[in-house]
Amino acid sequence: MTTVAHPSGTAAGSGLLPSEAPLQLIDADGQPGGNPGSLALPGPQVLVELYRRMVLGRQVDVQCTALTKQGRLAVYPSSRGQDACEVGAVLALLDQDWLFPTYRDTVAILTRGVPAEQALTLLRGDWHCGYDPYQYRVAPQCTPLATNTLHAVGLAHGARLRGQDAVALALLGDGATSEGDTHEALNFAGVWHAPAVFLVQNNGYAISVPLSKQTAAPTLAAKGIGYGIPSLLIDGNDAAAVYAAVRAAVQRAAAGGGPTLIEALTYRMEAHTNADDATRYRNADEVQAWLGRDPIARLEAYLRGQSLLDDAGVAVIADEAARLADDVRTTMNTDVTVDPVELFEHVYARPTAALERQRAALLDELQLEAEAAR
Amino acid sequence: MSTVTSPAIVGQAPVAAAKAPAPVTMAAALNQALADALAADDRVVVFGEDVGPLGGVFRVTDGLAARFGEQRVFDTPLAEAGIVGTAIGMAMAGLVPVIEMQFDAFAYPAFEQVTSHLAKLRNRTRGKLALPVVIRIPYGGGIGGVEHHSDSSEAYYTHTPGLRVVAPGTPGDAYRLLRQAITCPDPVIFLEPKRRYWSRETTGLTLAGPPIDRATLRRPGKDVTLIAYGAMVATALEAAEAATEEGWDVEVIDLRSLSPVDDQTLTESVRRTGRAIVVHEAAGFCGYGAEIAARLTEQCFFHLEAPVLRVTGLDIPYPPPHLEQYHLPSTDRILDAIGRLAWE
Repeated sequence: MTTVAHPSGTAAGSGLLPSEAPLQLIDADGQPGGNPGSLALPGPQVLVELYRRMVLGRQVDVQCTALTKQGRLAVYPSSRGQDACEVGAVLALLDQDWLFPTYRDTVAILTRGVPAEQALTLLRGDWHCGYDPYQYRVAPQCTPLATNTLHAVGLAHGARLRGQDAVALALLGDGATSEGDTHEALNFAGVWHAPAVFLVQNNGYAISVPLSKQTAAPTLAAKGIGYGIPSLLIDGNDAAAVYAAVRAAVQRAAAGGGPTLIEALTYRMEAHTNADDATRYRNADEVQAWLGRDPIARLEAYLRGQSLLDDAGVAVIADEAARLADDVRTTMNTDVTVDPVELFEHVYARPTAALERQRAALLDELQLEAEAAR
Repeated sequence: MSTVTSPAIVGQAPVAAAKAPAPVTMAAALNQALADALAADDRVVVFGEDVGPLGGVFRVTDGLAARFGEQRVFDTPLAEAGIVGTAIGMAMAGLVPVIEMQFDAFAYPAFEQVTSHLAKLRNRTRGKLALPVVIRIPYGGGIGGVEHHSDSSEAYYTHTPGLRVVAPGTPGDAYRLLRQAITCPDPVIFLEPKRRYWSRETTGLTLAGPPIDRATLRRPGKDVTLIAYGAMVATALEAAEAATEEGWDVEVIDLRSLSPVDDQTLTESVRRTGRAIVVHEAAGFCGYGAEIAARLTEQCFFHLEAPVLRVTGLDIPYPPPHLEQYHLPSTDRILDAIGRLAWE
């Protein structure tokens, strides 16, 4: 019997599959984790910085939720509970790398160095993206689900075509893994061997829809093998594990090893946004149980146990966080002047003739209003 | 008439000492434009489905992968949102992606990437993030294609602020417009009238001519203005020629740029002729012609001798090959429309 030539692939090895249990470096009680797998514990300085950034992020996050109640933010999708993912992943990036965040990742954007005022422009409502993506190598926060994963793969592949050393980190949630764009992005990344890292923050719910209605896959990480992409399943409330996993994936990508898919198991402590009522779809016992796995308390316990942090150190960081949150409140309580003329500025490189006419008409309208008000 | 560009078919000498113009097809002109753009700027990359070694199903990218290498011209997985989405990321990385959607209706999976990201990112980032991406889309009918191969999808794109939408009507303009689109800092939807891929024109392939956002006068006339783009330019010119037998002197404007639209060239013509007909293959209801008719009514009302008419495809899903002749605007339908224009 002769074999017919067919350009089929070779069977991928089981080395692409994630572990059965999530990898963990520090457990919920602040003790060394029982399932470190291949993850390497970050050094003391990194661990303390992870703690510090999580505390800063948390205080700002709590402040942002408060600002929605005062009407200063139109809406706020809180990062609280997902602090370890937001901070651990971003600290694992180098300056030349790129972050592709979603609407839930305000703390990640702050951790990347974007000033709060610029990071919150979208949610305050005076423009869409408030920061310069090139300055921080942070793409605009992405509201349409999963679309950012393709941008990340394109940037990663494009940077490599241009001979630049840059890795793209795409953040997405469990709901976004059901979108077609996630499938396409993982597939393109696999085929192109793109220097991209996908971090799925699996918080168990897509607004109200639980993971069981989202997928029949054993884990989201297990999907990686379908694209020829190695994957990791990690404890997403363990900042050390998130940092170690993303750092290893970034290094691997930068060295030409291709993409990695990481699923981090976590939980959002707040509702989807301030406009959502989470009690309609999840019970108090579940929320209580996750409070006991708080990523900040866990790392603090570990650092204290290792004598890397004491009361004084905790107090210094708490003070810094309180000052930062105060600054954010003060800044966000200042009214922003919006300029209607700017509506016409950035539609095209130069406004079209039609936009010039519409701008003139709007200015006339405003002038008449101003005269009538006199 | 000084602002109206002279007919592109004549009077345009090729740059430098090129050889005498030879007949060239639109497909070959587009291929030359891509080759010249790839040679002129090493940031230009061409990718999509089957655009590599095969050279595209219409052979528009023929030979480019061999000449410029797989880093510059490459096949992608079969996924249109993926092609547009990764093109956005590549443009962020400083490349100039020129991508192909294999057929009009196959571009629809990419609609979210086009409308929510490609069109808006400059605006969303206050101008910080420019995306010089060109999406080439073979569009329209007339080739006997089975379903989903003949859509005229221009209005979906022209209704989206932030996109430029262009459609060449001749081989010479196909070359010029594609080169212009590739150097344009805005994202451009480049609609290629696939039934004219094999139409020939004796022309030099040159950048000289109207800029990307100007219409061009294809045929001067004094009685009525026919407004067309893409495949309908040739049909309108045929109708204009046939109309001379009835004693009508018909002007034909090739829009070239659908968005933004060149109001100045249109209004100057229609104010002069007093009559206008818009011709396109797409369904008439909420079609591109409705916008042109509305603009002309607003801007030329006191010069009009008759209502602005539209000759368009029927308000039906694109028909099967054996029925498309009843759907597509024909010279006869255009002549009928001219006859209905309140001649005293």
